[in-house]
Parts: sequence; structure tokens; C-alpha cells
Amino acid sequence: MIQMKNVTKKYSNGVVAVNGISVHIKPGEFVYVVGPSGAGKSTFIKLMYREEKATTGSVIVNGIDLSTLKNRQVPQFRRNVGVVFQDFKLLPRLTAYENIAFALEVTEEEPTKIRKRVMEVLELVGLSHKARMFPHELSGGEQQRVSIARSIINTPQLVIADEPTGNLDPDTSWDIMHLFEKINAQGTTIVMATHNKEIVNTARRRVIAIEGGIIVRDEAGGEYGYER
Amino acid sequence: MKGRTLSRHFRESFKSLGRNGWMTFASIGTVTVTLILVGVFALIMTNLNKLADDIENDVEIKILIDDLAGSKEERELLAKIKKLPDITDVKYSSRDEELKKVIKDYGDDFVLHEQSNPLRNAIYVKAINPQETANVAKKIDKFEYTAEVNYGKGKVEKLFKVLNTSRNAGLVLIIGLLLTAVFLIFNTIRTTIFARRDEIEIMKLVGATNSFVRIPFLLEGAWLGLLGSVIPVTVVAVLYYNVHKSISPNLKGELLQLQSFSPLIYQVSALLIALGVIIGMFGSFISMRKFLKI
Ligand SMILES: Nc1ncnc2c1ncn2[C@@H]1O[C@H](COP(=O)(O)OP(=O)(O)O)[C@@H](O)[C@H]1O
Ligand SMILES: [Mg+2]
Repeated sequence: MIQMKNVTKKYSNGVVAVNGISVHIKPGEFVYVVGPSGAGKSTFIKLMYREEKATTGSVIVNGIDLSTLKNRQVPQFRRNVGVVFQDFKLLPRLTAYENIAFALEVTEEEPTKIRKRVMEVLELVGLSHKARMFPHELSGGEQQRVSIARSIINTPQLVIADEPTGNLDPDTSWDIMHLFEKINAQGTTIVMATHNKEIVNTARRRVIAIEGGIIVRDEAGGEYGYER
Repeated sequence: MKGRTLSRHFRESFKSLGRNGWMTFASIGTVTVTLILVGVFALIMTNLNKLADDIENDVEIKILIDDLAGSKEERELLAKIKKLPDITDVKYSSRDEELKKVIKDYGDDFVLHEQSNPLRNAIYVKAINPQETANVAKKIDKFEYTAEVNYGKGKVEKLFKVLNTSRNAGLVLIIGLLLTAVFLIFNTIRTTIFARRDEIEIMKLVGATNSFVRIPFLLEGAWLGLLGSVIPVTVVAVLYYNVHKSISPNLKGELLQLQSFSPLIYQVSALLIALGVIIGMFGSFISMRKFLKI
């Protein structure tokens, strides 16, 4: 699903955020990415949906080599990768429904099919009754549900999440976590950067720990390994 | 792009106008104020220009025909003048007609002269390009049987100098104001786009192509420009209609006339709408570019 070889990422200001990472993530896996702040987790993740381009090395996602992917092919590629952010990144002037539909409208899908599919995922994340609300009318947990619904609207093989519970209280975090587990149970690969010790240590999965831009630990069913 | 996507873009652009309420209102306000300035100024400048033209076009060459010329020679002279390529409005005026004019202009004191008219037959002519008056006069002066060729030498040159200077000043002012207007509208649009740069990024991150993101913004820019030109077009038309109504009757038969309402007001309106819409779209296009690169 994801294959990285000797990947480095040097930002234009000279910071080397990823410093030689090789990793293989197989279809259907659920992977936590942990590590201290500034370790390079977000950069590692951004390389997977091509928000950032690797400086050297190769990144292959869904069988697509991102180092040779043309700019105009990027939108098509992104439609097959769901992305969830810590700050939700919802469009503030669109309702929950419209935010989710947007990710399907970009594919120029038929309106009736869009409608049906949006209703389905709203149901899945348990927000059918709040479809007409704007992001600012929703709680953090609800906004994150909308963003998760949006990430899976195109039924991607891979969903990437960067600290999706970072802004949420513990109970809500667990709700969101269960949602990811549900999506994973349907066969979707999940890569999640997180600082949530409790979740990592309770819902045991593969853990990739990054420090200083390199992988320092990669173990199945591993633990969080940091104080917070 | 599919047809339904295009109609989706139109729908989104309208929806966005409504949902960006305050921002939309502020942008339309700025465009409105700017275009009112441009419109009023355009009207003033066109009329000043018309004024200059009217004054210029009033410059006439008066040819006094030599008393030695018989009617045959006079006809030949007239024919020669008419053949000149750069003249217009040739008028023959007999000495009797000349005297009538003098009497009309200066009063009955001159009636006495009706018995023994001291004036000469005359030909009046205008240069097609008034600025060429002196050259035309010189050419005519070389013809036979011309006693005198007058066009207000000295005064005319000074007049043209003043008119040309004011025309150039007007042009500079117009260009300056247009550039300012372009800048102001452009900046307004840029501010609205900048406030929404995050949205552009989000759209790109969930798989929208550049054009899918861009088109609704371009349309929205066009609507802002269009809506911003409604009040200016109305103001300019109503204003000019009333100015015309109150001033024109007083100018009846005078040399100086206001530029007529009809084509002018449509031209100015078209200018205002075009300025608003084109800069609205173009401004959106330019301002978005850097945020689409993600
Ligand atoms: N866009 C950027 N430009 C320059 N430096 C960046 C950028 N993004 C992150 N960095 C730097 O790269 C390093 C890794 O950051 P990041 O990947 O966000 O780490 P993490 O998500 O683990 O906190 C940090 O030193 C950070 O300052
Ligand atoms: Mg981070």
C-alpha cells in the first residue's frame, strides 16, 4: 500500500524533517506513528498524500510513484487517499452535508449518486441529523466525524490521519478511534500519527516511532513509549 | 468539464456571495465608490474634451477676394479652394451678405454703408484638422485673387497650445484615475481571496483540480464587479440626465454644447461594467495562483 525507500525531506529553510526513512505498510494495516513534537511525523505523513514532495528517495502509494507524479495528476491521486487533520479542515461556509459532498463533486459524479453516498457516510459516522449544520455549529468531535466522513466518501483504500484526536477530550477521542477501527475493519488501511498514549497502549497495533526524522522503532502491537 | 459541473460552479458562486455576507458587502461597496469616481470623472473629461473640440472647430479661415476678380475668377478661386484635400465647410459670402452680418453684430450704425458698401466678397473655409489651419491658410494665400487671408494668426496658435496642454493633462488624469481604480478593485478582490486561502488549500487537499477550485471564485469575482457597477451606472445616468436637462436649454444656439446623452452614457456604463467585471475576474485569477500550488 505504502512503500518508502531512503526518503529524505529537506524544507526550503534547510530543516531536514525526514532523514532517510524506509518503510512498508501493507493493505489493511492499522499503523500508529508516534514520536516527540518536531520529530517529523507530520512531514512523514504529508509525503504520503503528496502535500510535500520527497527531496530524495521514492514514495509509492496505491501503486503510484509520487516522485514522478505530475502536478495535474495529483488531484486524481488524492481522491483515492482519505486525509483527516487535527484541525478538521472543513470548509467553514459549507454545511456538514456540503463539506462531505464536495469531495465527491470534484469527481464530477452524478448528483443523485452523490446524495445517496453522502447520506450513507453521514449515517456511518452518526451525523445524519446534523447534515444541515455549519462547522461552527458542531462540537469538535462532530466536526472530526464530518471530516472522517469526507475522507472515506470516495471509498479509498487508504486513510491517513494526522493527530485526529489532538484537539478532542478523551471520551470523544475514543469515539473517533472507534470510527477508525470500523473503517479499518472494512479493509481500509489506516496510518495515524498520534500523541494519545492511552489509545496506543490500549488498542494495540503496529507502532512506528520517529525521532529526528528517522524511524527509531517499528513493532507490531507496540506501545506508545513516551511520557505523553 | 461536464455541463452539470459548470452549472454547479455558477450555483456555488452565488451561494458563496450570500454566505460571505459581510465580505461581499464590503467588496461591492469599494467597487461601487471607485466606479462612481471613475464614471463622474469620465463624464467631466469627455465634456471638457468636447469643449476643446468645439472651440477648435470654430476656428475659420476668412478669404477676402480681390476687387479685381470678376465672377469668373471668383468661381475659379472657389473651385481651387474646394479641391484642397484638407478643408471642409466652404462658404461663399457676397459683400452684401458680409455687410448684413456686420450690421447684425455691431448695430445699425453701419446701415449708412448700404449705399456704398466698402466690404469685399469673402470665402469662409475650415481646416478638417483645426490644428492645420495656419498651413491651409498659407496655401490659399498663394492662390490668385486673394486679397487677404485671415484666421486670427497668433491668437489661434496660443489657443491651440492651451487646448493641447489641457488635453494632455486630462489624459494623464484619466490614466491615473483608471490605474487607481484598477488597483483599488484588484486589492479588494485580493483581500477577499486572501481571507479564504485556507478554503482553497482544503479544496485542493480533498482532490479538486485547479479549475474546479478556480471557476467559482472567478465567477464570484465577476459578480462582485457586476454588482459593484450597478449603482455607479445608475448614478452616472441619472446625474448626467439631470445636468443635461438643466444646462442644455441655456446653451441653445451657442457654440459650446454638452456632449449628447445618448451614446456617451452607454459608453461610460460599458466602461464601468467592464472595469468591474474584468478586474473582478482577473483579480481573482491572479490572487488565487499561489494558493493553488499545493
Ligand atoms: N513547511 C515547513 N517548512 C519548514 N520547516 C518545517 C515545515 N514543516 C515542518 N517543518 C520542520 O520540520 C520538523 C518536523 O516537523 P513536523 O513534521 O511537523 O513534526 P511533528 O509532526 O512530528 O511535530 C520541525 O523542525 C519543523 O519545524
Ligand atoms: Mg505534527
